[in-house]
Amino acid sequence: MSAFRAILAKDLRVELRTLESVPAMALFAVTTFVLFRFGLDRDSLAGGLAGGVLLATILFAAIVAVNRLFVAEREQGGFDAIRLAPVDAVALWAAKAVALVIYLAAFELVAVPIFAAFFLDSWAGIGPLVAILALADLGLGAVGALVSSLAASSRARDLVGPLVLLPLLVPVMIASAKGAEQLLAAGGPSYSGLGKWLAILALYDLTFAAIGFAVFDFVIED
Amino acid sequence: MSTSLSTQPARPEHDTAPGPAIAVDGLTREFDERPVLRDVSLRLGRGATLAVLGPNGSGKTTLLRILATLLRPSSGSVGVLDAELPREAWRVRGRVGFIGHDPLLYRDLTLREALTFHARLHRLDERASARVAELLRAVSLERTADELVRNLSAGMLQRAAACRAVLHEPELLLLDEPFDHLDPAARDLVSELLRTAPGRTRVVVSHDVEAALDAADRALALRHDGSVAYEGPAPGLSPGDARAIYTGRK
Amino acid sequence: MKVPSVPSPRTTAIAAVALLAAGYSLVFFYAPNDADQGFIQKIFYLHVPLAICALLGFILAGIHSIRHLQTGDAKHDARSYVSIHISVIFGVAVLATGAIWARASWGKWWVWQEPTLVSFLIVFLLYCTYYPLRYAIADRDRQARYASVFAITAGAFVPLNFVAVRLAQPLVHPRVFATANGGLPASMLFTFLVCLAAMALLWITLVRFELAAKSSAGRLRRLRRALDGDLGLAGGSRIAPAVPPRAAGPS
Repeated sequence: MSAFRAILAKDLRVELRTLESVPAMALFAVTTFVLFRFGLDRDSLAGGLAGGVLLATILFAAIVAVNRLFVAEREQGGFDAIRLAPVDAVALWAAKAVALVIYLAAFELVAVPIFAAFFLDSWAGIGPLVAILALADLGLGAVGALVSSLAASSRARDLVGPLVLLPLLVPVMIASAKGAEQLLAAGGPSYSGLGKWLAILALYDLTFAAIGFAVFDFVIED
Repeated sequence: MSTSLSTQPARPEHDTAPGPAIAVDGLTREFDERPVLRDVSLRLGRGATLAVLGPNGSGKTTLLRILATLLRPSSGSVGVLDAELPREAWRVRGRVGFIGHDPLLYRDLTLREALTFHARLHRLDERASARVAELLRAVSLERTADELVRNLSAGMLQRAAACRAVLHEPELLLLDEPFDHLDPAARDLVSELLRTAPGRTRVVVSHDVEAALDAADRALALRHDGSVAYEGPAPGLSPGDARAIYTGRK
Repeated sequence: MKVPSVPSPRTTAIAAVALLAAGYSLVFFYAPNDADQGFIQKIFYLHVPLAICALLGFILAGIHSIRHLQTGDAKHDARSYVSIHISVIFGVAVLATGAIWARASWGKWWVWQEPTLVSFLIVFLLYCTYYPLRYAIADRDRQARYASVFAITAGAFVPLNFVAVRLAQPLVHPRVFATANGGLPASMLFTFLVCLAAMALLWITLVRFELAAKSSAGRLRRLRRALDGDLGLAGGSRIAPAVPPRAAGPS
């Protein structure tokens, strides 16, 4: 447990000092919104289109963070440092997953209001949307940390990471976009059946958390 | 300097006396089917110092990494501190101090933060800051403690790596060219930090053949192809023979 | 590779060919035409068995990978790799036959309304990334381990993905095995099961052949290396796993 906290604290400290991930994600997202505005030739979005644009942008911004997640470990011998210590490999995965969730939350705090300002006529659905994004972020964290660690030791790592990650994120996309579609509907948010999408997200999160716990030992050893 | 050389195999479980610090038999390690270490065997008693010599590419670094549990053997048996590797690697972690080619310090942390991080990984929680401060003083780095690691010179990094290696008071030190980049004054400081002590076993890789053999109880010399040219008491290997191994004539 | 005492690939091959011949004769001469879709429906005797075998193959690969991580024995990694390989090839056939059926039934080469096909596409895309992942990792041991981690993750992903995609479809897709009377007539069911068994045998045969080929290639490489001495010739495929030698073979 103390190892988990030490690694998470280290990651957050480095991010605050270098600001390598979160600002890039936010900038990327805002630029992507502009691209969508012109690509779709729409200046206002609702329902499924709004959900899709928002979630797709979040997923692609997550890739930016995923690519950077294990950079320090890879380039500065960090895996060795952790493996020499009496530390459970899982602590590393958990710390990275939580760090990724924190980066996503921080970035969404900026990106979602901007999205709403750019495209939405009503902010009514934004509140409940937080629940969907929170569950989606947990899933992104669990899977992102695992895939990032696999890609970290490979050549062309910035390519392999996203390549493997994106198909794995399809269920997250499906469930969160469907949920967002209802919450951002033109006539106002609707809540019926929302539970189904939250349940899928929760199931996804639990599944990949379990997998991460089970296999990460094998990712770390040499 | 204690010279207990246990040549007996590891003792059975019920015997409370510890076995040799290191017991390796027929160790082979391959990378992509190319052997880097061939059939290496060695014994090192507790509290003793082993000098590992050999030309570049002879597998010295690989051997140290295997002993540190950072690499698995391809075949053969490796026992470190009564634990059979790689199966029981978890029993060894936290009892070994390792200096390799990378200082293993995060470049965007300050020196103090980086060492404190390692201390916390090794569960030194309450004692962490005191221990870190004590070590920084010992190698004369207390003034640069709040510098970012990326701004430190190679010599400072090497001194810091030495601090990191002994932070948790390990029973076994695995030192891969620990005096690299060090001027004579720094060398003395690090030497003091890494000196022999009761209960502390050391394996040292060095290119300074005479000094290494001088400070060691046992020696292991590897040929360029990763096989053993000599394994035995340090006095049994003359500097001349050692140099011949480097040039490939033995 | 330690080969357990099972029939040689040749035996399974003969059985597969026999059962395939039997199955597809049944398809053309025995099974009745579907009331709604007519003759083109018969492509399902090809499409669905291929799909089932591919998916089971992916899951089997995950099981081999679990054993690989537990034991560290490279033969499980080889089995996992080959299972994925054959299943991906079957997957191409699934998507192709799916497209042909879609074109014949709906006039378009792809339909998003068929959730099973769409889920299969996503799974197929995921397993295609297995190769760039393996190829990008130089160290063989790590490559095998990470491939196993991937195979386990992907195997767990398959059911999750099917559930998610199905839930996303508002329409329930019409069942393909109906006749005017409703329900699946015994003749169609029987034909389908024979074809399924035939495909399964085909899958097993192809896997066995590929494993045997790898084993021979590995032995050849080792012999060459022993003859040439240690010139450090790094030959052989960069991504295919090295099948370890049999106990009695030269190393």
